[in-house]
Amino acid sequence: MNESPRKVRVQCEINGKAYTLEAYPMTRLLDALREHAGLTGTKEGCGEGECGACSIEMDGALVNSCLIPLAQVEGAQIRTIEGVANAAQLSFVQQAFLANGGAQCGICTPGMILAAVNLLSRNPEPSESEIREGLAGNLCRCTGYTKIFASVVDACRLARQ
Amino acid sequence: MAIENRHIGRPVPRKEGREKVTGSARYVDDFTFPGMIHGVTVRSPMPRGRIREIRFAKNIPWHEFTIVSAKDIPGKNCVALLIEDQPCLADKFVNHREEPVILLAHPDKYLLEEARRAVQIDVEPSPAVFSIEDSLSKKQIIWGEDNIFKTYEVEKGEVDRAWAAADFIVEGEYATGAQEQLYIEPQGMIAQANPKNGVTVWGSLQCPYYVHKALARLFDLPKEKVRVVQTETGGGFGGKEEYPSMIAGHAALLAWKSGKAVKLIYDRAEDMAATTKRHPSRTRHRTGVTREGMLVAMEIDFTLDGGAYETLSPVVLSRGTIHAAGPYSCPNVRIRSRVVATNAPPHGAFRGFGAPQSVFALERHLDKVAATAGLSPDEFRRKNFIRAGETLAVGQVVQEKVQMEKLLDRALELSGYHQKRARFEKENPRSPIKRGIGFASFLHGAGFTGSGEEYLASEALVAATREGKVQVLAGSTEMGQGTNTVFAQIAADTLGLDLDQIEILRPDTSLVPNSGPTVASRTTMIVGKLVENAASAVKNSLVESGFLKSSFTPSDFGEACARYIDKFGPLQSLAKYQHPSHLHWDDNKYQGDAYGAYGWAVYVAEVAVDPRTAEVRVEDFVAVQEAGKVINPVLAAGQIEGGVAQGVGFALYENIVWQEGRMANGQMTNYIMPTSMDVPPIRVYFEEIPYERGPAGAKGIGELPLDGTAPAIANAIAHATGTDIREIPMTPEKLMDLLEGAHE
Repeated sequence: MNESPRKVRVQCEINGKAYTLEAYPMTRLLDALREHAGLTGTKEGCGEGECGACSIEMDGALVNSCLIPLAQVEGAQIRTIEGVANAAQLSFVQQAFLANGGAQCGICTPGMILAAVNLLSRNPEPSESEIREGLAGNLCRCTGYTKIFASVVDACRLARQ
Repeated sequence: MAIENRHIGRPVPRKEGREKVTGSARYVDDFTFPGMIHGVTVRSPMPRGRIREIRFAKNIPWHEFTIVSAKDIPGKNCVALLIEDQPCLADKFVNHREEPVILLAHPDKYLLEEARRAVQIDVEPSPAVFSIEDSLSKKQIIWGEDNIFKTYEVEKGEVDRAWAAADFIVEGEYATGAQEQLYIEPQGMIAQANPKNGVTVWGSLQCPYYVHKALARLFDLPKEKVRVVQTETGGGFGGKEEYPSMIAGHAALLAWKSGKAVKLIYDRAEDMAATTKRHPSRTRHRTGVTREGMLVAMEIDFTLDGGAYETLSPVVLSRGTIHAAGPYSCPNVRIRSRVVATNAPPHGAFRGFGAPQSVFALERHLDKVAATAGLSPDEFRRKNFIRAGETLAVGQVVQEKVQMEKLLDRALELSGYHQKRARFEKENPRSPIKRGIGFASFLHGAGFTGSGEEYLASEALVAATREGKVQVLAGSTEMGQGTNTVFAQIAADTLGLDLDQIEILRPDTSLVPNSGPTVASRTTMIVGKLVENAASAVKNSLVESGFLKSSFTPSDFGEACARYIDKFGPLQSLAKYQHPSHLHWDDNKYQGDAYGAYGWAVYVAEVAVDPRTAEVRVEDFVAVQEAGKVINPVLAAGQIEGGVAQGVGFALYENIVWQEGRMANGQMTNYIMPTSMDVPPIRVYFEEIPYERGPAGAKGIGELPLDGTAPAIANAIAHATGTDIREIPMTPEKLMDLLEGAHE
């Protein structure tokens, strides 16, 4: 590959590890994660910030990684689905999605789990309407959301125990 | 044979669930092959016409690109399906916008996109057809001799003579719009192809053997030179039934010419613009009923818009036709149906497959028939429900222990239907928000129609290893609906093993037998039964050889497998579909046993309508169904909940705006599917009447929820507002017009 003079080097932390990503400044963070960092758990559903399949946490905020240019990522702390489980131990949210049928085809699941994790970090005991609102940026075509709501409720229960 | 159900009937977790919740499940776009390059498709900018010239702008280094056109196709230029009318790449003439014409490949995705825009396809326009009415008028013939892909006529009794016995005759016309499947993972394929090794594709797909057939024809290769591997598939809903054959062909043509692995992934806009949607429909009903509310005659005229090529339209029409008269006993029924050509991208498979269209029309119409006869919607249906031993419109005598009245009772009770209906009618005149409650009763056949399963002749293989692991090999795909888990539950309980001893092999046509397409609510009922039979035969082999006692532990099983394999060789069984001898179907008369079994259901919707904005909210939803034994209650409820949510979209939000055969709102920003804020509480209940030919008594449920959701919502809106809802999606704009009309 030719080194392009237009590329930038961006340093950031992904799932607790330091990364240097080298790409064009307007490269979408989504592509940088998938193609440069090799973290393919983050999915592309629409590429226009509507579906939430590419949701990640950036400095604690839930964002659509398809809308973030790499140039904005310098010094950021990023968490993707690969950083949600603690080694082999699934997080409460992941356990709850598994037990309650919160994942069907699985393509929205990484983003949905990040959205749920982010919601619970801000609000550990959300009401049903707060759950609905917290997940409103993440589309799921398989579940009708019902089992996803149940999964989030169950994750709260697991966290309390 | 007595089987102890340790897993069947229990909510065991999804087999591939851990990979999905950790993000390690690998979808097609997650794969990178050595030396792989990327592909794109250049498409027709016009709905119909002769290709005059294809121009390549000068600012692109074209020598770096692989460029494929129709003349590069080694075999027949078609997407082989029922017939071969659809080209893989348009040659000389285009029949719809977004029709593929040229393929490009290059290592750099960004340059590739620039190149795609630098190809100009110059089309000399021909007159085009964009509506069912224009197609039927035959002013322009755009397909065949008469624009008609297929017609059916169903006759029961003597309709023409029956009208005299009717006290009332009620007529109505209904329409449904196109609907995008909107799987969240866009379509995509990776191909490797060369004359020596043949063609291999990996991709997001429902039906590996459909793709296999299409590739063999496109490349003129023997079967063994074509290999299709399903990658994890992020939703299908019918949208990945036939279209993947097109993309697989494109990726493979680029790979064949470039000598490199080629990845071809659609972005959302391309996926929405170019791939199939649910067929738009128009249905006319004429119904004769007595003063007592008994149906005496039904005449149904059902038309689908098929788009520019035949694809699966005849089969979609077939299912829509057979379901058009619903779960009712009417002595005289005539159904005439047709699917016509227009210059839209071909419409195709979408969960429900024609039935949601015809069931919408029927269930809306019957509320009006009931009102004409002076009966409530439930009293009227109760009088006319089909019962065991009675005959459906296609002449099928119902053998199942069908209990529609019981389903209706339960659904009405669980939803508080009668109390709410009375309360809303009392409160609505003085309330700023108008509330309504409505329901639909319906059936959905499981498996291929008529003799379809006989022709498919599906096979599934169960094999045991020396270590006592059991593998299930089938062409049935997992796309979220739970194939892997259900097959594992069936195999584990048949063999008396734990779930982790069962491995479901990824569908790969070089390894798995053809168990038919993963469509038509057939995977659990038809293929699941083959898995049960094959697993049972494996167990019998071990028992009959004396290596396994009738009661055993998992380690006994492993030991027995090792001893069997050492003595006799491979331990496996291939189960083949046997058509039940009592099921008869006449394809010419279109009469007989259309399906081995049906799912039966009653769905109730409660809505709130704000007359100022004409916005509809679904506030509560009760779904009661009987679909045989439930293999996995969490997965089964998940199927119903997801189907209901898609039905909510079909009824209210999912409006495709057509501009001369082009989807004008092909983005998720302006094509609106239900979000977490839009879905009602969906309360799902199963009655279980085991079906003797299904595995452990199961029938199919995948498509069922799409049929009844939209008409239940439409009936509720009609109840809330007093308007006659005759088309969906019932967007606020359309409802506003109706509300204003009601006040004039």
